[in-house]
Formats: sequence, structure tokens, C-alpha cells
Amino acid sequence: MGAKNVKVVVLKDGQIVSRGIALSGIDQKASAQQVFNEALQKAGASLSDIKYITATGTGRDLAPNANSNISMMGADALGGTHLFPTARTVIDVGAEEGRAVRCDEKGKMIDFVINERCAAGAGTFIEAMARALEVKVEEMGPLSLKAEKAVPMNAQCTIFAESEVVSLIHAKTPRADISRAIHDAIADRIASMTRRLGVQRDVVLVGGVAKNVGFIDALKRILGVDILVPPDPEFVGALGAALVPIRGIGGT
Amino acid sequence: MSKEYWRWPEYRRTVPGKDWTKAGVITAGVDIGSVSSKVAIMTDGELYAYSIMRTGSSSPDSAQKAMNWALEGTGMKLDNIRYVVGTGYGRVNVPFANRAITEIACHARGANYMWGPSVRTVLDMGGQDCKAIHCDDKGKVTAFLMNDKCAAGTGRGMEVFADLLSVPIQDVGSMSLSVEKEPEPVSSTCVVFAKSEAVGLLRKGWPREMVLAAFCSAMAHRISELLEKVKVEKDFVITGGIAKNIGVVSRLENIIGIKALPRKEEFDPMIAGSIGAALFAKALYEKEAKPA
Amino acid sequence: MIVHYGYRDGSGEYFISVDTDKCNSCGKCVEVCPQHVLEMITMLIDLEDKLVAAVTEEHRKKIKYSCAPCKPEKKPPCVIACQQEALVHTWKPVKP
Repeated sequence: MGAKNVKVVVLKDGQIVSRGIALSGIDQKASAQQVFNEALQKAGASLSDIKYITATGTGRDLAPNANSNISMMGADALGGTHLFPTARTVIDVGAEEGRAVRCDEKGKMIDFVINERCAAGAGTFIEAMARALEVKVEEMGPLSLKAEKAVPMNAQCTIFAESEVVSLIHAKTPRADISRAIHDAIADRIASMTRRLGVQRDVVLVGGVAKNVGFIDALKRILGVDILVPPDPEFVGALGAALVPIRGIGGT
Repeated sequence: MSKEYWRWPEYRRTVPGKDWTKAGVITAGVDIGSVSSKVAIMTDGELYAYSIMRTGSSSPDSAQKAMNWALEGTGMKLDNIRYVVGTGYGRVNVPFANRAITEIACHARGANYMWGPSVRTVLDMGGQDCKAIHCDDKGKVTAFLMNDKCAAGTGRGMEVFADLLSVPIQDVGSMSLSVEKEPEPVSSTCVVFAKSEAVGLLRKGWPREMVLAAFCSAMAHRISELLEKVKVEKDFVITGGIAKNIGVVSRLENIIGIKALPRKEEFDPMIAGSIGAALFAKALYEKEAKPA
Repeated sequence: MIVHYGYRDGSGEYFISVDTDKCNSCGKCVEVCPQHVLEMITMLIDLEDKLVAAVTEEHRKKIKYSCAPCKPEKKPPCVIACQQEALVHTWKPVKP
């Protein structure tokens, strides 16, 4: 139950059989119910077939039919290690929150650090900058990879960064260079936050922002380690939650 | 062409009844902020004329434009000014300045001039920053803190909200006070998240005044935290653009339990920095003019 | 005067405070900082230029990130280095 999107993962015998995603919108509960029903339909199952439902995310208390819930950190640890058994650090950058989790080989969360309440440390930053650059969000990543020069970005606040982007455009800075500066700025914040935990390989990146190739590239450069990214990274939290009864870890 | 709600009126003024040609030392302060540029011209340490305009994409151009506008209609030329001090974010980019001084000292000195030696705490709320200054009876700074990392508690944050709610920024304050019952402040300190929160409130049917009230309240709380660090002491004054927003000012006064000294008619609260700079200009000019 | 560099946002309070009256311009804090957060700058104090320690422009808005590796909950190296006790480090993250 994310701030921006609701994600559902349905597992059968530990394998993913269906998924669903939709905007959380104003009525998170209703959105969640709808996505849940759609995912069930895709899986050819009904509510009574489901043995256990675990909820996670900021809105997890609103999840319909949940048997229990687990923190996002726990879900990230479980989901990350399920997809990459060598994962020991999982970085999750969502729409409104960025966090890093250290875990053990069993997928149990050892330590975490969160960057919340500040839009500059999450996906909202990239969206806002995309608007200022007049580029589609999906195009921001590929655009940044075409950059020729590194341009410094001083603003640490999304609102001030918007003004900075406008100034850079006025100064005729190429959009690709600006896009790279934007990705470097947020990657820098995420990397600093992660270093506070201590980076232990392998490092896995998940969450909606993990779909952004520009961000992945920036984070690899700034952290100086290789980063594993699963396909469909925004579902890893839901996956982790679904694994709670199977892996026997976490959950309240 | 959509209406620009965030655009506050630009302004210049010549203090009536003064003849600059009879003055001994004419100095000027140029305060180039990231959002607004202010010039104050002083004759023998008294305010003579000033201008306030929006900073453009070039700091040197903004400095020149603001200076030209301050001089407009006075017959004075830049050459008549003996010493110019630049301050503010763009202080190193004032081409005709003799030197640059950080805005900390300038704001305290300016507040001391505008309200007198009883001033101890100055809150300056600028376009992209918010400063809390504690000073002594001579306007010398004893403690200082600035927030320029985060839009919460700055003019830009307020501009974002004015734009969101389609309310001209100069009306935001009074509108926010027209609510019958004071709502809870918006829960996010982050303006970006507060904006999303506001959209949700509007959809729930909250009238604009209430959303403004919730935001002004959140701003006031945030500013009070800033002030706590330098310890607020009477007399307390507010400078900068947001001094004109009674929605934030009155709520802030309630939270800290101290009333700010009332605004002075003859001085726009945004020119404190440039006045302080002009006064430093005079002091430095006189110091450098003394034989060694 | 005491200058507080840093900020307070939703995640907590992070400041480095320099007492410019106590600072004797020795520069030891600048040398000892592994992240190059500090620098010596000239400030006009009592109409005289004085060299004092300050946080660089670049780091003023990132203290939460820049200072984290020194684990400032304990006494960080910059504070230990200052014999005049002119430097104070405030580190108060909000519990999530």
C-alpha cells in the first residue's frame, strides 16, 4: 500500500502467478480492493483460495482482508533475498520515501535507515524535475545517459531544484546534462543514506525508481559497487509481504 | 496566459523632503536575493530612496536594474554614490559594489536602524531562505541560523501554495485569517508533500481559506522551531517578504508568545538587508577615508 | 557570534555551530574532517576581517548526509580538534 501506487502479488507454491498495480488515489482502501480482485481474477482464484494475506507499505493498516502486516523494511529484505539469495543490502526508492535495509542470508532485516518526509530523497523529485525540464518521466533516465558533461546541482530541496533547473535551461545547458545532474543529485542522497548503514554486497535496488536506468547508472557510479536490479522492481515489497508465511519471518 | 498568482508587486520609493545634493556621504546597499533584488540609497546614514524588484536570470543585470530604478526620478547618478556594499545570495555579482558582506550582519544592522536599539531578535523570511538572528543593542549579531535547504518556511513555499489555490500572494495572509475555526496544520513539513495533502483537502471539500490556514499554521510552526535555536527575546521584529503575510505572522506570534514590533510605514520590511549594507558602506567608507 | 550551519527538517535536526568569538583561526577542524565539510572563511566582524571556521556552501544543506560517517552522536573529530571549544555538533534524528 504505497503512497502513490498499490501493488499486489499473488503466489502459488512460492511462485508468482499474478500481479496488479494501480494508483492509490484518494481512497486507498477502494483502490487496493480493486487491484486485489483483478489480481485474483488473473490468477484464476477466489478469495477463499488464498491461505494468507500480508500487507505492507505506508497504508498497510487500510489493506482489505489482510491477516497481518509487515514493515516495508522487512518486506524489502524478504523480497530482495528471494530474488537474489546473495543480497545483503536492499535499497528501496519509492514515490515518497527512500530506504536502505541490511539483511542476513535468511532474509531477516538486521538494520535500516529511512529518508522520509523530504520529497528530494524519493521518486517525487524526479517527477517534479521532469516537469520542469518538460520531459516525460519515462524518458528522464535514457536522456541522462546521453549527457556529455557533469553539471553540479546545489539545491537539496525539490522546490529550489525546480528553480535551479529553470536557470540551467536559461543558461542553455543541454537537457541531457541537466537530466544527469538530477539523477546524480538524488543518487547522492540515497548513497549517503546507505553508507550510514554500511554497504554490504550484494546490493539490490528495488522500488519504482529502480526502473529508471539513469538512476541506476548514477547510483552505481556514486556508491562504487555493482547493483542488482530485478525486473518489475516495484513489486518487490508486495512479493516480500506475500513470502512472510512461507519464509516464516516477520509479520505481526 | 494564466494569471501569475505568485507575482507580488514591485515597488520603489523616494523619501520625501530630502535633498541629496546637500548630503555629505552617500552610500548604497544592494541586496540580491534569489527571488528579489533590493537597493537602498542612504544620505549621511539616513534612508533616501529604495527599490524592490524580482531577481531575473542574471544577478549582475538584476543589480543594475534595481539600482537604476532606485535612482529613477532623483537626479542622482551612480557616480554620486561613494561606497556600495553588495549582500545577499548574489552579492559577489554586483559589478559596481566596492565589497560584499554576508547578509547576516546586514539584516541585523538594518533591523537596528528600522526599529531601534531595543531589537534583539530578527526573523528574516526571504524567498528561498529563512534566517533567525539574535543581536545586541548596536545591531551586532550574537547568534545566527539560516534555513536555505528546505522550502518549508520560505517565500517560495508560500508562492507554491498561492499558485495552487489561485490566490494572489498578497492576499494569502488575510484570507487565511478569515476562517471561523482554526484547522490543524498540514502534517508535512515538506512543501511538496504539503501540496499533495492540500489537493486531498480541497477534494474533501475544504474551502480555500481553510487550506491556506492549515498551511500558514504549518509554516508558523516550522519557523518557530528555527527561532527556538537562537532563543527568541524581545524586542522581536520580522523582515523580508513574509513580514507582509499576517496569516503566518499572527500564528507565529501565538506560538512563541511574543508579538513582533509593528511594521514601520516608511520602510518596506524587505529592505532591511540593503539598509544594513548601506550603513556598513558608510562605516567602511569613513574608516578607509581616515589617514592611516 | 554563534553561527549555526545546517537545518532541521522532518527527519531531524542537524547543525554545526561555530562561535566566531572563540575561534582562533587555527584551522585544525578543517584538517581533521574526512568529508571536507569545513573551511576557513573571512568574515567582517567589528569592521575587521577575521578568518573563522565555517561549513562550506556545498555541505550546509547536506549535513545529515555528509556528517553521518563520523557518527556524530558521539564526539566527532572536528569537535575534538577544537581546543577553543568553538565548535558544537548537533545531531538529533527523529525516530521513524
